[in-house]
Amino acid sequence: MEEGVLVRWTKKEGDKVSPGDLVAEVETDKANMDFNIEDEGVLLKLLVKEGDTVKLGAPVAIIGNAGEDTTALEAQAKGGGAAPAPKADAPKAESKPADAAPKVAAKQEAPPADKPAAKAAAAKPTAGDAPPSSGKLLASPLAKSLAIELGIDLRTIKGSGPGGRIVERDVKAAADGKTETGDEAARTPSPPARSRQPEAEAEAETGTALAVRPVDALEAGDWVDLPASNMRRRIAARLTEAKRDVPHFYLQRSLDAAPMMAFRARLNDLLGDRGKVSVNDLVIKAVALALRRMPECNAAWEGEAIRQFHRVHIGVAVAIPDGLVTPVVRDADQKGIGAIAAEVRDLAERAKSKKLKSHEITGSTFTVSNLGMFNIERFTAIINPPEAGILAIGGVMDVPVVKDGQVVAGKRMTVSMSCDHRVIDGALGAKWLQVFADLVEKPESLAL
Amino acid sequence: MAVISYREALNQAMREEMERDENVFIMGEEVGHYNGAYKVTQGLLQRFSERRVIDAPIAEMGFAGIGIGAAMVGLRPIIEFMTFNFSLVAIDQIVNNAAKIYQMSGGQYHIPIVFRGPGGPAVQVGSQHSQSLESYYAHVPGLKVVMPSTAADAKGLLKSAIRDDNPVVFIEGETLYNTTWEVPDVAPGSPSELIPIGKADVKRTGKDITLIAWSKMVWTCLDASKVLAEQGIECEVVDPRTLRPLDVETLATSVKKTGRCVIVEVGWPVAGFGAEVAYQMQKHCMDVLDAPIERVTSDDVPMPYAKNLELEVQPQVADVVAAVKRALYME
Repeated sequence: MEEGVLVRWTKKEGDKVSPGDLVAEVETDKANMDFNIEDEGVLLKLLVKEGDTVKLGAPVAIIGNAGEDTTALEAQAKGGGAAPAPKADAPKAESKPADAAPKVAAKQEAPPADKPAAKAAAAKPTAGDAPPSSGKLLASPLAKSLAIELGIDLRTIKGSGPGGRIVERDVKAAADGKTETGDEAARTPSPPARSRQPEAEAEAETGTALAVRPVDALEAGDWVDLPASNMRRRIAARLTEAKRDVPHFYLQRSLDAAPMMAFRARLNDLLGDRGKVSVNDLVIKAVALALRRMPECNAAWEGEAIRQFHRVHIGVAVAIPDGLVTPVVRDADQKGIGAIAAEVRDLAERAKSKKLKSHEITGSTFTVSNLGMFNIERFTAIINPPEAGILAIGGVMDVPVVKDGQVVAGKRMTVSMSCDHRVIDGALGAKWLQVFADLVEKPESLAL
Repeated sequence: MAVISYREALNQAMREEMERDENVFIMGEEVGHYNGAYKVTQGLLQRFSERRVIDAPIAEMGFAGIGIGAAMVGLRPIIEFMTFNFSLVAIDQIVNNAAKIYQMSGGQYHIPIVFRGPGGPAVQVGSQHSQSLESYYAHVPGLKVVMPSTAADAKGLLKSAIRDDNPVVFIEGETLYNTTWEVPDVAPGSPSELIPIGKADVKRTGKDITLIAWSKMVWTCLDASKVLAEQGIECEVVDPRTLRPLDVETLATSVKKTGRCVIVEVGWPVAGFGAEVAYQMQKHCMDVLDAPIERVTSDDVPMPYAKNLELEVQPQVADVVAAVKRALYME
């Protein structure tokens, strides 16, 4: 985690705070976290607004004694902190000067507040500044040796190391630059070898071949950029990684959903107003039991081994306004259908209000994603690493089926299993789907 | 090659040397009837009797001194400290007698003695029992200091230590006893059964940076190397195995190849042995260094008892990775 969104302040300026008090909620990559204060005092100044994105370690508020002057600290927080130690600005140094000084409160796991400041200060001179006024050339011994070897004049190089020190990579870059800006390169302004964007180039070529397609270029004002939330970025990163690194393949089959629908109706009759069982709850139970029967699919690729899990934790993809989360039903194979139904409802509700704790969204061994309620017939899902599979559930459809040579009305459901081929081969996945289908088509077995 | 534990390797080394030379005996707290506090002397009492496997009272100064006296008259004692933290009680014997008598007697007395036992932090044994004291002994001329990281090194080096005519401080990794490593099957008596004292070993080859570490930290560096390899950085991990005498040549050869060096030790930072290694490396590799030599050490505090803090204080994989990135100007 590098940054978070400060979602809500639960204290306002002027409030007294003591260690352990909840002062704000922070949205992290995964879940909303409580920000509990560790110091005692009065919240003198809030430095960030609700909804602001805050870098880890950046100051978010100033606490101190009531009525203290915070201007120096505010300037320090704003300017990245060139100001002297806060102690010096303590308005009324009473008995304990260190305690009397207002403190810049940083986030829980944050490094000392002066750390980023020091970094910023250190970064400045390195940004291609000329060597210090003493006239001494700063270069690592290796850079010097290399410069002699390659015939590079160190005085022409800008150092990228601390304090502008010239290091090995700077000399090598200069040596590369020297060969590239040679005569030949000068004659052909952008030789193909230098292009780092083959796609862009290919596109340009096609453009020429098609004798210039009229370009209706979009101009500023033709779009709006909606800032990506942390969750959005996390989803983008995770899914890109999963689709890129996990060799997916897909198995689809449709199964007779009529017995399950009848079973579900009976269960809900029995439950009355004590709860409700959804198709999804039954599917979760069936998936969990199928994994218990075939643990080969309850597994993960570990590079040098296939890790088979002894417990069956089912991740359930839940859509929430800004994205999706996958809360986990632990030991789903051992839980009753009613218990699963109640747990999933609770998890889904809290997911929507972003109230899930991080342990509730981690540790799944297999995931179920269901779009049946949107009348999607079938779809495929991206695996949630390190799991080896995910099952995508389509809606229960009224379709004509052939029964005893006659076309009759039936109910069918199509499921698609995405498999990590490193762990699950085609025949294994197919066998697992057969076990799953048997359970769904004879739903009473789910209650055994 | 057989894969055996570090503990078993040490046991084999002592057993084989006791079979080979009847002047070798072992003495220490609980080494006999209890088979050793860490079971390193398992079975030795049954095999060699109470004449050669001697349970000592809780008096380190006393049995260290008896060992030195025995060495003066021709025996080859192995003195086991239950942990090297307890050697502090006997340090006067080690520093002022064992390390000095050869020189002060004008070469009349050799002191062929091994002081061995576990050192370095274990798990939640408190600040007095979690110390890495190798610098104390590496400081002293007249002593050799050996700290093996693997079962193979432990066996070959302990045999060399027992046969050495000078006092050897042999510090074992307290958390390494259960680690396993391939140990060559060599018949006792063959010259390859010994690993010479004072010879470093390259535990992993790489071209980008040299990590120097001994004992448990070798394992931390190997783990860090895996993490860094995924990011395209190839670390060379060099284990000196012996701190005194130090194999400067092998270490410097590696640093000259990579141009960068991180020294990782579980001891404290101030006057830790890594400071000496850093001095030697800058002296021998000045013209090829691309970055200041980095050190990763435990924090400069007595060891906390709380488990989370105990881990936090010691060098972790992430600390090594960060130091490597600093030395590569990747931060």
